[in-house]
Parts: sequence; structure tokens; C-alpha cells
Amino acid sequence: MSKEWPLWEVFIRGQHGLSHRHVGSLHAPDAEMAMKNARDVYTRRNEGVSIWVVESAKITASNPDEAGAMFEPSESKVYRHPTFFDIPKEVGAM
Amino acid sequence: MYAQLVESGKAETSEQDVAFQKRIDDGIRIEPKDWMPEGYRKTLIRQIGQHAHSEIVGQLPEGNWITRAPTLQRKAILLAKVQDEAGHGLYLYCAAETLGISRDEMTEQLLAGKAKYSSIFNYPTLTWADIGAIGWLVDGAAIMNQVPLQRCSYGPYSRAMIRICKEESFHQRQGFDIMRALVEGTEDQKAMAQDALNRWWWPSLMMFGPSDKDSVHSEQSMRWGIKQNTNDELRQKFVDQTVPQAEWLGLTVPDSELSWNEEKGGYDFGEPDWNEFMEVIKGNGPCNRERLEARQKAWDDGAWFREGLMAHAEKQSAPIAAE
Ligand SMILES: [Fe+2]
Ligand SMILES: [Fe+2]
Repeated sequence: MSKEWPLWEVFIRGQHGLSHRHVGSLHAPDAEMAMKNARDVYTRRNEGVSIWVVESAKITASNPDEAGAMFEPSESKVYRHPTFFDIPKEVGAM
Repeated sequence: MYAQLVESGKAETSEQDVAFQKRIDDGIRIEPKDWMPEGYRKTLIRQIGQHAHSEIVGQLPEGNWITRAPTLQRKAILLAKVQDEAGHGLYLYCAAETLGISRDEMTEQLLAGKAKYSSIFNYPTLTWADIGAIGWLVDGAAIMNQVPLQRCSYGPYSRAMIRICKEESFHQRQGFDIMRALVEGTEDQKAMAQDALNRWWWPSLMMFGPSDKDSVHSEQSMRWGIKQNTNDELRQKFVDQTVPQAEWLGLTVPDSELSWNEEKGGYDFGEPDWNEFMEVIKGNGPCNRERLEARQKAWDDGAWFREGLMAHAEKQSAPIAAE
């Protein structure tokens, strides 16, 4: 059996001013074909104004089993949120 | 439905399984790298695979009429509809691949007859009215099943279904529009529409799969959040929605047992021929052989293209030897 075309992840900017967002994946032999296929598979109804394609193998993802330790620093630092501080009413908007 | 007879694995009761079930009950989606029971993984691979194959094989009966559509506009519309179905197949293959099966493996299972696709696509499209009946009834039945699947517990499947559902209502409307043009046409055209309804009605009801009392795989799939409604619930919903549409068209649903049941607020209707259904699933429908032959031919004829482009890409990305 021959070698399968590699997998690519497709990201689309839906409208000017928004970030690119992951919409799905597809197979293509190279970046040029991935771009053409992404247009045909993921933008048949004005879904976007810009496309990124990235080979799936090049993406490093966080491990869900380690999510606890990974995101602990963000959970334990409540003072990062403005609501942590008590600002007297008389001080006004802050 | 597009996955009519999916065997589902058995759940076990390890600590991990219990935590997994709790996550599903809490409505938190499962993602590809999360731990999942083997039965859950296998059931999803089978179901998403069957669904993907149905989208792809489903292009064949309609593709049969692209070159013979009655007007250029109808032809362009049908082409766009069939192209959408190709897209649906691709979204779904990608969703299945996140579970650890390759695209080639799925294709090989289909061609070897090991993976199923919906029984409906083994019926022939004899007249132009069949294209109307397919859009109206077959896509209509598909929508009925796919809408709840948007809430499936597996993230990639649920997201693929959301994309698909956005595109389906065009399919059903274009079919209904074809039927409408025919019933508003000559007597012969109206008769053609009636004939198509006669032939597609029962196979459309079979799309929802066997009755719940005979469906052995439903329960576990429901617990896992892979399935949200029973086959009979969806079939009832489809009949209730479609019968008034047939009446509006001035067509007769070919079921002598069909009658409104005031008490349940829905129609009573006859049983589809489940022997016919089982025969078609087993490979003995009118077009099973033709459909698989067409897929095999596409696979074989495309081999040089797949291999050629891969060889080209590898050559382009190879480091240039120092001169
Ligand atoms: Fe579809
Ligand atoms: Fe469709």
C-alpha cells in the first residue's frame, strides 16, 4: 500500500478583525494542495477571509492527563483578578 | 440512519470508567487525547465510519443525474449539493481519524465490505423525480437524525455534525422544490413525482434502523451520549413532519395503515419490510454491487494521482545536496 497523504489542520479567519480559528483537518501532499483543499472543503459558503494550514505533526499539544498541574499556577493566583481587591465606592471607577 | 446498525462495546466499571461516565453525565465533551473506554472508541469509529461512507457512497445515486438535469440551473444546484456530500464525508473521516484509525484503513474496510453504509443508497435513481424525492425524504430523514448528534459526547463528531447540519437544509429544500415543480407540471410529471414517492417512502423509513425493541446496541450508546434518541422516536418525528408536506404537494403516501392518532398527537403508520432491510444491509439490495464497484474504481483510478503527488511533495521537500 502506498503512503497516505499527511494530515493538515485548517484555521480560518471568519471576518476581518477576528483571529483565525481551528475548523477541522484534511489530507494533502503539500502546503499548496492543503490550501486548495481547505478552500473547497471548509469555505463553500463565505466562511472566511483568510486560511492557515499547518501540518498536524508540527503541532505540539498539551497533555490532558497533566492538565491539573499544567493549569494550577493560573488557578491559585486569585489576586490576578481585579475582583480580588476591595476598592471603596467613594474612590470611583477603577 | 446513516449508521443504522452499529455494534456498541460493553462498558466496564473500573475507576476510570466511572470517572468517564460522570464526565459524560456532566455534559463535558470528550476530546481525542482524553482517556476513553475501548468500547466507546470502537463504537464511535464504527458509527462515524459508517456515517462518512454513507456521505461518500450517497453521492452516486444523485451523481447519476448531474449530466441529465432538466435545466442548467438544476444541474448547478445538484452539483453543489453533491459537492457538499463529499465535504460531509471528509469532515467525518477526519473526526474518525482522531480516534486512531487511518483514512486508508476506513476505505479498505468499505471496499472489503467490512464497513457498512446506509441501506438507502443501494436503491436506483430511475427518473429525475427520484432526485427530488432523495433531497426531500432522504436528506430530510438525515437531518432528523443529525440534529441531535450535534450534542454527541465526542467533540470532533459533534463539531462535524454542526458543520453538516448548517448545510443540510439547502439539500432538503432543493429536493422539495424539484417535487413541487413536478406536481405543478403536466399529468405525466405529477405521476412521476408520485412514483418516486412510492419507491422512496419505505426505504426512507428504514433509514432510522430497526425498531427499538429489536435494536440491541441502542442502550449503551445512549448512556455514552453517542445516541440521543431512539430509532422509533426519530421515525415517528419524520412521519409527522413529512405526511403534511406530501399532502401539500397533492401526493399520496403509499401506506394504507397511515392515519392521524389524535390521542398521541402523531400518525400511526405501517411497518417497513424489515426482511428487505436486512437483505439490503447484507449486500443484496438492487445496487449494492454497483455502488462498491464504483468506489473500487475511483480508488484504483486515483492511485497514480495520490502516489504521484506524494512523490512530488517528497522531492520538493528533500534537502538539496551540496554542490
Ligand atoms: Fe450529507
Ligand atoms: Fe445532504
